[in-house]
Amino acid sequence: MSGTYLGMPAFPKAAHEAVGNQTLRGNLRHATHTIRGKRAKAVSEVSDWAELREAGKRIKDHTLRHLDRYLVQLEESVTAAGGTVHWAADADEANRIVTELVKETGESEVVKVKSMATQEIGLNEALEAEGIRAYETDLAELIVQLGKDRPSHILVPAIHRNRGEIRDIFEREMSEWGRPAPEGLTDTPAELAEAARLHLREKFLRAKVGVSGANFMVAETGTLVVVESEGNGRMCLTLPETLISVVGIEKIVPTWRDLEVFLQTLPRSSTAERMNPYTSMWTGTTDSETADGPRTFHLVLLDNGRTDTLADEVGRQALRCIRCSACLNVCPVYERAGGHAYGSVYPGPIGAILSPQLRGTGSEIDASLPYASSLCGACYEVCPVAIDIPEVLVHLRERVVEGGPVTREGNKVVLKPAKGHAAERAAMRAARWAFSHPGALRTGQRLASRTRRLHPRTLPGPGSAWSGTRDLPAVPAEPFRDWWQRTQGGKGGAK
Amino acid sequence: MRVALFLTCVNDTLYPDTGRAVVKLLTRLGVEVDFPMAQTCCGQAHYNTGYRHEAEPLARHFSDVFGDYEAIVTPSGSCGAMVRELYPRMGERARAEGRGDALAATLAPVVPKTYELTEFLVDVLGVTDVGAYYPHTVTYHPTCHGLRGLGLGERPQRLLQAVKGLELVELPGADECCGFGGTFALKNADVSAAMGADKVRNAESTGADVLCAADNSCLMHIGGTMTRLRTGMRPVHIAEILASTEEEPAV
Ligand code: SF4
Repeated sequence: MSGTYLGMPAFPKAAHEAVGNQTLRGNLRHATHTIRGKRAKAVSEVSDWAELREAGKRIKDHTLRHLDRYLVQLEESVTAAGGTVHWAADADEANRIVTELVKETGESEVVKVKSMATQEIGLNEALEAEGIRAYETDLAELIVQLGKDRPSHILVPAIHRNRGEIRDIFEREMSEWGRPAPEGLTDTPAELAEAARLHLREKFLRAKVGVSGANFMVAETGTLVVVESEGNGRMCLTLPETLISVVGIEKIVPTWRDLEVFLQTLPRSSTAERMNPYTSMWTGTTDSETADGPRTFHLVLLDNGRTDTLADEVGRQALRCIRCSACLNVCPVYERAGGHAYGSVYPGPIGAILSPQLRGTGSEIDASLPYASSLCGACYEVCPVAIDIPEVLVHLRERVVEGGPVTREGNKVVLKPAKGHAAERAAMRAARWAFSHPGALRTGQRLASRTRRLHPRTLPGPGSAWSGTRDLPAVPAEPFRDWWQRTQGGKGGAK
Repeated sequence: MRVALFLTCVNDTLYPDTGRAVVKLLTRLGVEVDFPMAQTCCGQAHYNTGYRHEAEPLARHFSDVFGDYEAIVTPSGSCGAMVRELYPRMGERARAEGRGDALAATLAPVVPKTYELTEFLVDVLGVTDVGAYYPHTVTYHPTCHGLRGLGLGERPQRLLQAVKGLELVELPGADECCGFGGTFALKNADVSAAMGADKVRNAESTGADVLCAADNSCLMHIGGTMTRLRTGMRPVHIAEILASTEEEPAV
């Protein structure tokens, strides 16, 4: 995945920093709690939400099962509509294709519609290395780009910033990239939005090349769909002469009719809106002189670990994700740790199951992500396509500690258990042994009871992870089973 | 009616009072309680940490010990959810891995007979007023596995509301996880502690003397945080409140 994220520390360490940052925690808490309440209300307005959720799940599962067929169909329809389809196996290939395509136009700048796929592959950095500047046009994405920052949320990439911080970033950075921020800019939302509008308009009118992702691709017609709230995306999609769309292969739906489901569930789950303010759909190219839309259209279909993920029977459900971000907004771990701790463009619960599948569990951060959850289940409950995130987390935990067969780059390989779990594995085996021998368990309990006055209230070593902030319970004088035997005369001792 | 008490390894070792309370409560309601001495652990910690093959012998042991009982009652939402939700999955998985139906067949009998305590009281015994007396202000934390795993709904609150002398006050952010999460509390100690501290602050804001839940593991984490933050509140398992009477009040 993106080079920007290489060398990230494991989740607990990254989260440690975030937990200690009061401003960040305040910003995140406020934002997630507000949207959480609104989402619940928007969802409760729909009487058939449970059916819509089930339908979304089924459509996606069906599509994934026949992905090969629908992708071929999509390629045919896009080509028939005047577009060109490119296939990219990984990030490098996708970056190479896009860079070449931009170079062919002779341009050295592009405007971008907010896109997770291009962030996933680190496209902006790849273009930059070839002397091409990519301008983000989504307001929050612009804030992240100007702030030389990384996105912290799927939908609201600058969720971790407050108004004051945004004002400072605009004032400091806008002139570097184009039109400077107006004199005397304050931190009122209207002024900030106006500053961004003026800054961006200049870019829209000048740019000859647009780069986008897509929320959906319709196989039967070759239509791509972007839903957004600001309209900046639509400007990027209609003004430039060349449009290059980089889209993950899992974003496909078979027919227009299928959109009916997702265009209801996505806005309500993500921004708590009944409809998206802007739903842009484009099919191939326009040839008339007067019509809006690109003369040249390229679709780059991105794999980058997706077919490997599809090969995993439990984990593949992560590919149903429509990136609504509802799971982030309800996740108590995301709320405290922030998006950056997840070390990928996909933060929160979905990131914790998607990144270690797309990238494999080899790195420190990827091996730690399946543990970045208390398994409280709130993410599963809100997910509009019913991804059982806790189930996949446990599945991936097993992959980390026990290894096992996986598909990497199309080949079946058997993973070894990750390093650093030997002590835990030994403890788990010992516990299992004791639990399989009730006599041993009882001896252990009695020993603990007898020595209870000697037990410290705080622990050294790994135990300090507990006792640094929490007192330990006192060990009782007598375990229950001894009391039972003493008072009930061994009744029930039969087994 | 004769039921088996599945106390759970944590309660057996660290919270015997909860076990005594369940025995007292069920006996008072005319239920004959048995405690099979061979019981140990449902395997939840193993399963959730990723050691699913280590969890299998424990699930099999559970079924051996409890399979013959009419009903199995446990004062733990998460261990109840382990049996009810995850034992069937363990069986399916063994089948998918080509190990046949043996595990599924062994585990199947205990699944529908295992009840979390409040569920057993309300659904099986059909009582909400258990004749308890507990003169304290109490706030209730619905633990994640009870709330979302087992779908306990309002059962615990209904039981608490019927307790004489008890004033039940609403907990802000009640359905948010307390941050325990088994090995999560150790593996991601900072985030876990931050979640625990927020839960305790919310509990404190209610002015209650007691925070009640149906799972001692979560209470161990919340209670440990409470004493460290010097709140003066106490964590109490719901069984101990429901077992308390005017003649024999809980301390
Ligand atoms: S996993 Fe579900 S809730 Fe989370 S972003 Fe994807 S679709 Fe939304």
